[in-house]
This record gives sequence, structure tokens and C-alpha cells, in this order.
Amino acid sequence: MTELLSGNDLCLFRGDRCLFKSINFALNPGELLLIEGPNGSGKTSLLRGIAGLLDFEHGDIMWNEQRSSFNQQGFRGDVVWLSHKIGFKADLNLVENLRLEASLRETYEDRLPAVLQRLDLLALTELPVRALSAGQQRRIALARMLLAKARIWMMDEPFTNLDKAGQALVADLLAEHLDHGGACIVASHQPLDIDGRTRRISLS
Amino acid sequence: MTEPDHISPGLARGFCAVIRRDIVLAWKRPGDVVNPLFFFAMVSSLFPLAIGPGADELALTGPGVVWVAALLAALLSLNSLFLSDFEDGSLDQLLLSPQPLPLLALGKALAHWLISGLPLVVVSPLVAISFQMPAQTINVMLITLTFGTLSLSLLGSIGAALTVGLHRGAALLSLLILPLAMPILIFGARTVALAAADDAVSAGIYFLAAYCMLALTFAPFATAAALRISNE
Amino acid sequence: MWKFIHKLASPPHFYRFSAKIIPWFAGVGSILVIYGTYAGLFLAPSDYQQGDAFRIIYVHVPAAYLSMMAYSIMAVSAAIGLIWRIKLSHAVAAAAAPLGAWFTFLALVTGSVWGKPMWGTWWEWGDPRLTSELLMLFLYIGYMALRAAIDDTVKADKASAVLALVGAVNVPIIHFSVEWWSSLHQGPTIIREGGPAMPVEMLYPLLAMILGFTFIFGALLLGRVRTEVLFRERRARWVRELVLTGAGPG
Repeated sequence: MTELLSGNDLCLFRGDRCLFKSINFALNPGELLLIEGPNGSGKTSLLRGIAGLLDFEHGDIMWNEQRSSFNQQGFRGDVVWLSHKIGFKADLNLVENLRLEASLRETYEDRLPAVLQRLDLLALTELPVRALSAGQQRRIALARMLLAKARIWMMDEPFTNLDKAGQALVADLLAEHLDHGGACIVASHQPLDIDGRTRRISLS
Repeated sequence: MTEPDHISPGLARGFCAVIRRDIVLAWKRPGDVVNPLFFFAMVSSLFPLAIGPGADELALTGPGVVWVAALLAALLSLNSLFLSDFEDGSLDQLLLSPQPLPLLALGKALAHWLISGLPLVVVSPLVAISFQMPAQTINVMLITLTFGTLSLSLLGSIGAALTVGLHRGAALLSLLILPLAMPILIFGARTVALAAADDAVSAGIYFLAAYCMLALTFAPFATAAALRISNE
Repeated sequence: MWKFIHKLASPPHFYRFSAKIIPWFAGVGSILVIYGTYAGLFLAPSDYQQGDAFRIIYVHVPAAYLSMMAYSIMAVSAAIGLIWRIKLSHAVAAAAAPLGAWFTFLALVTGSVWGKPMWGTWWEWGDPRLTSELLMLFLYIGYMALRAAIDDTVKADKASAVLALVGAVNVPIIHFSVEWWSSLHQGPTIIREGGPAMPVEMLYPLLAMILGFTFIFGALLLGRVRTEVLFRERRARWVRELVLTGAGPG
């Protein structure tokens, strides 16, 4: 089985502090990679590095058996990103925001009604994003993940600001995504286990 | 789930969507568009108050004043070019989108010009008339300002990308961009002054057009590189 | 040759190698400058128009030349650092900027001191060279301000490298536009193009000064790069060993 994504000997400095070194991982379709560690251990940096938002000191990310930097556009088309900055414009409503999203990357536009239903967002589509609560904003950010035609979900602290039901929803969505042959990389300080399909990187 | 068969929607679609989004956002916050225009009008009216109301003095200083005010107004609005994208995470999404980043950067710069540069060109005749500029000169001023503000938006987008996320980025942006913008100021203002003196203006206009083409070609790449660095 | 360059790019090698050549640069530079100063002040005849005031060119011209040279070095090493990710060349760019700014400032001051007896004013906007130098100084200030504003060295290196390259594309355009601008109202210029050729008694000291300044600039630059490298590599083992053993460079 070919690996979807792997990292070899990753090392990152912030200023002159070594955040981590010799990190290796491999991720197959249907698997979840959990990046664990206390605050300040470099979880977010590792995730941003894998996504290509920052440069590692050394080490390569391999995607589809080639370096992700060799085919950046293909790689980015296969990745969708979620962090606490949800990346939606506060002055626009959900539908307007998702329309921009659909122009930037391949999306399943026909699934929009079903996704809104699933995330319980039907009542919120007309409101500008700034009028939503923090938890609701996290919820609408999930819509981007569900609509994107990307196999790799990268999520930074996906459970923050969500109530119990919301957290359960995220866990369900992750499991479904894995069932469909997708892969996830999650940086979180909360425990997460999806029935034996979870790999872990622990940063200290 | 299979590998996506094509990478992204058409290039033109992403490019246009970025422009459209910024224009819609500006529409929802008209203050962002109107404030630089008021700033432009106010700065240009400072000069008659400071120099004196004599018609000869005004006609002599007019082209320079209009150009300096336009430069400052452009700088004022440039600071926020990438700021809100940086703060709300949209910049991450743009950087991670499968679209080529220079194209998106070009879209952002063009949107900035449509929102701040073009309105400034449109209101500039009002200021020019108050400086006793004849109609012929105003035409030349409109042409030079069009090329000049477009070049400023492109050049400024590099500076805005370099300073996004830095504290006190606004003052720094001016320090970075003003020396680079001197050729635009020199050719813009002098060409209008030449027009006022009934002299040949084609050299200046050609230069500004050439500069604008150069900026259109190279600035998006520099802006894209700067955005990646600033967003690390 | 390639191997030599590659080896030089490693900080400890550079540190050792530069220690050997700095004294040579400084020595040769000092000798040339001492000769140039003496010959410029005493051997060269007075100018038939400017009298003794022209002698300031022995400082002004080398300073103006080095202000351009330093910018080129900065831009080229910034490009190398950005493209091949060689950290040493970022250190060179960082070290070159303040030196370049200083020589630009020197060129401006000597230019305006020269201008006082020639034009009767300390500053003459009509002279394209002085105006270009002023804009050059602004470019340096912008570069250094950007560097100072970013805490992370790696990020500061990359961001300022982009700025240096954008600036390098603009420098010729700025010069051209200032030339055009000043040609519109025939301002006074000091150096007349196609003017009388300089007699060799005047020319040789000038060449010596230019060369001497360049060598001294090289020594200063290398010295600054050394401190820059030490600071950047302060966590590296070779720096710790260097400090612990107290061994001098070598």
C-alpha cells in the first residue's frame, strides 16, 4: 500500500530554539495522525510545516511518492486546512464565503444543502460571520472541510470552543472522512482515538 | 475516495473571485474607500493654506501637490491590504489554495487599485480645478495618475506583504515604499508640470506606462514571496 | 573552485579564513589611503577653476562608489541566500547594509561640503548625483528598518532579501528618473561630462583612494560578517569551543 503522506527527519527551529527534530511519520488513506504535546511544544508549527506554510530546517514531506514542494499545486489541492482563525470574512455570510472557497479549489458544490443540514447551519447562512458565536464560527469552518475535494484534512485544535455535541460531531466527521478513504492530521492537546486507525506523534 | 482528477477551478475564476470579494467587502465598509479620498482632498487643501492663495503660486505647485497627496493617500490605504486577511486566517487559506499565489497577489493589488486608486483618479480633477489647472493639463494628470496609482498599488502590495503582521507596520511600510516610489512621483508630477507649461509630455507618459508594465510583471511574484515569508 | 566556495560558506571555515585575510585587506587599504591622502593633498596641483576645494573628491568619489558597491553586494548576497539558502550570504547582506548606509552618508556630507564653495549652498536639489545619493540613503534606511522590525533572524533575512532585490531592480530606474528630472532645469553640476581630462597627478591619488577605500571596506565588511556569524551561531558547538578554549581566531 502506498503512503499518502509521509515526513522524513523533520526538524524546525524557532529563533534559535529547536522546537523538534528527527520527526518521522507516515500516513495512509483511512488513517488519522494525532500530534500531541503540551502548549508551546510546536504542534501548530509542525502542522503548518507539513502543510507548507513554513519551512523546516531540514526534512522532506512526501506526497504521492514525490516531494510536496515539487508539485505544490497538486498537494495544496489535496489538503484542506482548519485552525482557530477560521479564514472566513467577518463581513460576509456563510454562503458568500463558501462561494470564494469554490472559486479557489475544487468543491462538491452539489453537497452544500446536505452539509448545511448535517452541521445544523441552515438558520445561520444569511448572517454575517461576525454575528455568530465562537462555537458557531468553528462549526461553519467545518463546512469548508466537508465541501472540499481534498483527501487530507489538517486541523489545528479542532475541539476548541465547541460544546459536547460539537465535539462529538467533529469526531463523527473525522471517522466518516477516514471511512471514505480520506486522511487527517490533527494537532490537539485533547485525547482522540478513532478505533485503532490513529497514529501519534508526541512532542515534548 | 479517489485522487482529485483536476487540481483547481480555472485560474481566471480564482483571480476574479479574489477581486470580487475585496470589492464586495469594500462595498460593505464604505469608510475604507471614502476615508483615503477625504485624506487626499484635505492634504491637497493644506498646501494653499500653507503657501498662500496667489493664483500663480497655486498653478506652479498644483501638479506636485496633487501627486504627493495621491502618494500619501495610497500609502494610507495600503497598510490594510493584507491585514484583515492575516488576522482572520484568510491568508492561510489563500496560501494553501491550489491557485498560483502570484495570480492571487495580482488580484489583491488590482482590487486595491479599483477600490482606492481609481476613485482617487476620479476625484482628482476637483482638486486640480481648485489649483487653477487648465483642462488640457487635467487630461494629462488623469493619464499619469491612472498609471501612477496602478503602479503604486502593485509596488505597495510588496511592502504591505512584507510588513503584514508586524507591529507598527504602517510607519515601516512608508519607509520601505516611499524611496521605491520616487520614480513614479518624479515622472508623474513633472509630466503634469510640463503639460502646464505647454511642453512635450509624451516621454513622461511613456515612462509611467512602461513602469506600470514592469510592476504588473514582477510585483506579483515579489508579493507572493513576501506573503509566504511574512505568514510563517 | 566550486569546492572552495562551498567550504567557505560553512561558518567555522569562513570564520577561520576571514581572520587570515582581514589583516591583508586592512594593511593594503591603509597603505593606499595614506599614499592617496598625501598625494591628493600635496602632490596633486590645484584645479584651475575650483582651486583646492576639488580635493574633497578624494573622499567623496570613493564613498559614493562604495555606496553603490555595498548595495550591489547586499542585493547579490540576498539573492544567493534566498535561492540557495546559504545562511552565510544572509549574514553578508545584513553586515553590508549599515556600512553602505554609512558610506552613502559620507558621500552626502562630502558632497554638500564640496557644494558650499562651488554653488554657495550646502544643498543643491538640481544636482542629480546628490539627489540619487539621498534616495540611496533612504533605501538603506528602509532595509535596515525592516530588518530591525522582525525579531526572528531567519524571517528577517528572507523578508529583507526580497526588499533588497526589489530595491536593486529600482535603483537604476531611480537614477534614471533623477537624471531626467534634473535635466529639465539645467542645474549646476560639479563634474562636467566631457570636461577637461584630469591630469595624472590628480588621477593617480584618486585611483589609489578608490582602491584603498575598497580594501578597507572589505576588511570592515568581513569583520562585521564575523561578528554576525558568531552571533547567529552562538548555540553551535564550534562557537562554544572557541569561547571555552579562549583560542584566538585561527
